[in-house]
Amino acid sequence: MTNTEKYTKAFVEAFDVPPDTLPTLVYQAISSWDSVGHMGLMAVLEETFGITMEIDDVIDFSSFEKGKTLLTKYGVEF
Amino acid sequence: MAWSFDSHPDRVAAIDDTGAAITRGQIAGLAAQIRDVVPGRHLAFCLCSNTLGSLAGYAAFVENRIVPLMLSAGLDHALLGRLAELYRPTLLWAPHALVVPLVEAALVVEPPILSEHGYALMRTRYEPAVPMHDDLAVLLSTSGSTGSPHFVRCSYANLAANAASIVEYLEIGADERPITTLPMEYSYGLSILNAHFAAGATVLVTSKSLVEKEFWSFFQRERATSFGGVPYTYGMLKRLRFFTMDLPSLKTMTQAGGKLSEALHRELAEYAHATGRRFFVMYGQTEATARMSYLPPQRSLDKCGSIGIAIPGGELSLRDADGGTITQPEITGELVYVGPNVSLGYAHSSDDLAKGDENSHVLVTGDMARRDADGYHYIVGRKKRFIKIFGNRVNLDEMEQLILSAFPGTDCACIGRDDKVTIFIVDGNPASDVRRFIAGKTALHPTAFVVTAVLAIPKSGAGKTLYAELETSLAGP
Repeated sequence: MTNTEKYTKAFVEAFDVPPDTLPTLVYQAISSWDSVGHMGLMAVLEETFGITMEIDDVIDFSSFEKGKTLLTKYGVEF
Repeated sequence: MAWSFDSHPDRVAAIDDTGAAITRGQIAGLAAQIRDVVPGRHLAFCLCSNTLGSLAGYAAFVENRIVPLMLSAGLDHALLGRLAELYRPTLLWAPHALVVPLVEAALVVEPPILSEHGYALMRTRYEPAVPMHDDLAVLLSTSGSTGSPHFVRCSYANLAANAASIVEYLEIGADERPITTLPMEYSYGLSILNAHFAAGATVLVTSKSLVEKEFWSFFQRERATSFGGVPYTYGMLKRLRFFTMDLPSLKTMTQAGGKLSEALHRELAEYAHATGRRFFVMYGQTEATARMSYLPPQRSLDKCGSIGIAIPGGELSLRDADGGTITQPEITGELVYVGPNVSLGYAHSSDDLAKGDENSHVLVTGDMARRDADGYHYIVGRKKRFIKIFGNRVNLDEMEQLILSAFPGTDCACIGRDDKVTIFIVDGNPASDVRRFIAGKTALHPTAFVVTAVLAIPKSGAGKTLYAELETSLAGP
């Protein structure tokens, strides 16, 4: 699986949303991406990519696209 | 009313995360504007958000003796319509963005009769105003966001008494700057606003959540001095490594809305002691307007796990199964609270709004508790979470705690009735091990327990187990 596929899978599993809606998805745009869902997503991403995210990145993770940029800091390339 | 916004009119009552502010005088002005267009007593649906408009509207309604029924601005419009049919409000206060959808849903008559601070006051199609008891001040939901028709009737005296108690034990002065972390339609969130209105303090209002960068930059920029949280909030803060954050303005943290794990209670208390802050564990119910007890911060370590003592003006006692008062320490009984903040009663529709006080200041909480020799109270569980198994009284909450400590890393929930306990446990633990363990611990026959493996335990947004869903799953499709 490529990193893009893994990244997409994490969102689909965390929020139960169709993959084609992801590119424009932002925090709180859907009811499942609330603060509870956010921490769940962070846990899945950390496990998927074997990383530990810094607090500043966890609270800066405001959209599907923004998350990709943040993850490159941890060596996850898309 | 107790807040007298026209005194100290230049003092800032609230600031939002865009830097916009509202003074006490502006709230008094909004109340006067509303009085001009809709004089007299009305029921108003207040569609709440953590914004200046929502807060100012609520405060102005209470000043004007208009009764707000507090709902989330995010409430589904079909549910809102059903509540409107039941309660027949004459007015509705909602964010501008909702005006068009509400008109389209035929919930209001256009156009808005008043528009201020991003909110609009609108008339509904219900007329005339329903009869309401003179003491009725506000209607609060016990369930939060589900659109349940069940509301608690609070009086003006309830609001004033509870705010005064909170100001006293938290020692809230006019220089306090609490930041919003809870919805204002939730009694705990609202009690923070009420107490700080009463103290003439400045509330920092934001709809951003703890997992957003903007929340923390607002916190630091406006020098927040306190916040409140439910157990879930503190669990999340720990994961966000809150203990290492640089928050020089923070002085006070409060916790209510359910029992914090003893480990997290201790960790927060130690953090507060080490950093010269105050950490208050508190206990309350919407039926008591909000607050009933608090644990003084200097006792938060040696009385870890306790909900503390009654708030100023209130009294706590324990009642045995026969209704007698328990005087000995360390005996579990049902917690009973007496105080001027105990609400008038419930409402299920507009027919109940004319009712007066049905509680006489006494609240039987439904919580089982014990008191230690020093007079500190400890919640043991919900009364209805105690069941009888083969004649033995069993506490389902305690059973969950036992399983969670014996099988770390899992999650579980227990429900039960009539000699049968069903244990839902997250897949991966052999059912027979769990059953053997709990039968051994409780010394009850294993046939009393059914272990069901599930993928996840259903939780509410606040992280509370949704027992009703589990009950339904048992009933079959």
